[in-house]
Amino acid sequence: MSDDPKSKPPAGESQAERYLHQVEREAARDPLEDIDFAELEHSIYRPRTFLNGLLSWIATLMTLLALVPLFAVLIMLIWKGGQKLSLALFTELPPAPLEQGGGFGNAILGTLVMVALATLITVPLGVLTGVYLAQAGNDSKLASMVRFSAKVLTGFPSILAGVFAYGAIVLITGGYSATAGGIALSILMLPTIILTSESAIAMVPGKMKEASIGLGATGTQTAWMVLLPTAMPGILTGVMLAIARAAGETAPLLFTALFSNYWLNSGGHLNLMQPTASLAVLIYNFSGMPFKNQVELAWAAALVLVVLVLITNLIGQSFSRQQNLQ
Amino acid sequence: MASLPDTSRLRGPEEVKAWNADQIWQPPSKAQRWVDVLFRRLCVGFAALTVVLIVLLVVEIGAKAIPAFREYGLRFLYSQTWDPNRHVYGILPEIWGTLYTSLLALFFGTLFGVAAAIFLSEGYMSEGIFKILKMFHVQFHPFWGKLPDRMELLLKNLIELLAAVPSVVYGLWGLFVVIPLIRPACNWLHSQFGWFPLFSTDLSGPGILPAVFVLSIMILPTITAISRDALISVPPKLRTAAYGLGATRWETILGVLLPTASRGIFGGIVLAFGRALGETMALAMLVGNANRLTVSLFSPANTLAALLANTFPEASAREIPVLMYAALVLLAITLVVNMFGALVLERAAAKAEAR
Repeated sequence: MSDDPKSKPPAGESQAERYLHQVEREAARDPLEDIDFAELEHSIYRPRTFLNGLLSWIATLMTLLALVPLFAVLIMLIWKGGQKLSLALFTELPPAPLEQGGGFGNAILGTLVMVALATLITVPLGVLTGVYLAQAGNDSKLASMVRFSAKVLTGFPSILAGVFAYGAIVLITGGYSATAGGIALSILMLPTIILTSESAIAMVPGKMKEASIGLGATGTQTAWMVLLPTAMPGILTGVMLAIARAAGETAPLLFTALFSNYWLNSGGHLNLMQPTASLAVLIYNFSGMPFKNQVELAWAAALVLVVLVLITNLIGQSFSRQQNLQ
Repeated sequence: MASLPDTSRLRGPEEVKAWNADQIWQPPSKAQRWVDVLFRRLCVGFAALTVVLIVLLVVEIGAKAIPAFREYGLRFLYSQTWDPNRHVYGILPEIWGTLYTSLLALFFGTLFGVAAAIFLSEGYMSEGIFKILKMFHVQFHPFWGKLPDRMELLLKNLIELLAAVPSVVYGLWGLFVVIPLIRPACNWLHSQFGWFPLFSTDLSGPGILPAVFVLSIMILPTITAISRDALISVPPKLRTAAYGLGATRWETILGVLLPTASRGIFGGIVLAFGRALGETMALAMLVGNANRLTVSLFSPANTLAALLANTFPEASAREIPVLMYAALVLLAITLVVNMFGALVLERAAAKAEAR
C-alpha cells in the first residue's frame, strides 16, 4: 500500500465527499491533456501521411514514365529518319535491293489515295448514321443496336478488316488493288466517324432544333441547315481523327493493296485496280530487309508518316477547340 | 401577294434577307416533303448498314472458313503443328500466345494507365505547377494563372498521342531500339535465374517481352482515357464527404473514388484487352513468329493476328481457308471481349447517371 494521498483518500471521508473530490480533481485537470497534438500535426513520419505522399510520388513517376516512350519514339524518328530526309525521297521510287538512294514518292501518293477513297466512302455513311442516331434518341431499338455495333467495331482488329476485304473484294475482282485497300480502311474509319458525329449533333442545343421545326422546316431542312452546320467542328474532328488512324494502318493493306514499286498511274491516268504502295506497308517490308539503305528508308518513311498523322490529329483537335470556345 | 413585311429590317445572316418572304410562309412543297421522307429513309438505311456490316464480316469470314472447318474440325484449336507441306495445321500456340501477350500487356497497361488516370483526374499536374508559380509569386498573374490548366490539358493530349503513333512505327522502334536495349539485361536475368520459368530462355532477337512492352504502351491511352472519365464522373460530394471524415487523399482515392469508378475502369480494361488481342503489326514485327508454346518472356512466340499478317500474303490456295479459320477464331474472341466491354461501360454509364 502506498501513501500517495491521491490514490488513497483520507479515511473517514463520506461517499459524497469522495465524489466531490473527484469532480474537483477533474475540473482542475487540463482539458487538452489527453490530446496528443503531435498526432494532429501534418508530419510525413506518420504512416498515413507517409503512405499518402509515397503513393502521390509513385503516381507522378508512373505518369511521367508512361510518356517516356512517346518522346523516345519521336526522338529516334527525328534522329534516324531526319538524317535521310531529302527532297528525292518524295519524288523517287523505292530502290531495288542493294541499290543506293531511292525514295517513296509512290507510297506517299498511295497512302493519300487510299485514305481519300476510304474517306469518300465513310463520311456520307458515318455522318448520316450520326444524324439518325442523334435524332432517334435512346428509345429506338435500331438506334441502340447501331450504336452498340459501332462501339464493337471500334475495337475490331484491323487485320480482320484486311481479311474481309481480301475475301469480299480481292478474290472477286481477281487482284490486289487500291480500291480493296480503301474499302478495308473504311471499315476501320466508320465507327469513329459515326460516334463522334452522333455526339457532336447531340450537343447542338435543343432550342435551335425546336426553333427550326417551329418555323416550319422539315426534318431534312433542320438537319442540313441547323444541325450539321452547328455540329460541323465536332464532325470534322472525328473525320480528322479517323483519317489519322487510317493513314497509319498497315494490317488491312498487307494483302488488299499489297505493295508496288511503281507509280499509281498507268498509261497516263490513275488506275485504282492495281497493287498499290503505302507508307505503312513500306515501313513493314523494309524494316525486315537486311540492307542498310532500306532500313534507313523505313525510318525516313516512319518520320514522314508520323508527321502526317500528328498534323492530321492536331488539325482535328483544333476544330474541337474552336467549338469549345464558341 | 398582300403587303410584304419589310425584309430589309431583318437582322441576321445575309441568307435570311435574300429569302423570298413569300416562300417562308408556304408549307413545305410536295417535293420538299418527298425529299424529307427520302432523306430520313436514307439515314435509317445507312444506320442499318452498320449492323449489316458486322453480320457481313462474320458471314464472309465464316463462309470462307467452312472448308477448313470441315477438314480439321475442333482439333485445329488444340493441336500444335503448323506445317503447310504436310497440310497439318493447329493454332494452339497462337491462341496461347495471343492470350499470354495480351494479359501481360494488360497488367502493365492497367498499372500505368490507372496511375496516369488518377494523376490526371486528381489535378496533380496543375497543383504542382501552381506550387512552382507560387514560388515566384506569379500564380494569379493573367498570363501564368492559366498555365496549370493548360499544362494538364497538354498532358492529357500527350497521352492520347501515344495512341496516335501508328503501330508499325512502334514495331520499327521496338525492332531497332528496344530489343538491342533490353537484350543484355534479359540475358543476364536468364543466366542468373534461368531456373525460373519466366526466364528460361535467352533473348536472341524478337520475343515476347519486347512485344508485351510495346503492346502495353499501345493500350495504355485507352485505359487512361476511360478511367479518367470514370473517375471524373464520381460525384464530388463523395470526395468531400471522405475528406470531411478526415481521410487523406489516397485513403479517399483507394477507399472511395476507385471503388465508385470501378465499373467504368473495368469496362476500359476489357476494351483495352480487346485492342491488345487484335493488335497486329507491332506483334508481327516483335513477337518472333515462332510456332512455340512457352511461358518464357524471352522466347519468340506467335499470335493469331501476327500469324495472319505474316502468312497471308504468301499463302497458297490450300492454306487460305485454314487462315480464314484462324481469322474466325480471332474474330470470335475479340467480338466476345469487345461486346462484353461495351456492355460493361453502358451499364456503368447508366449507373453513373442514376446517381
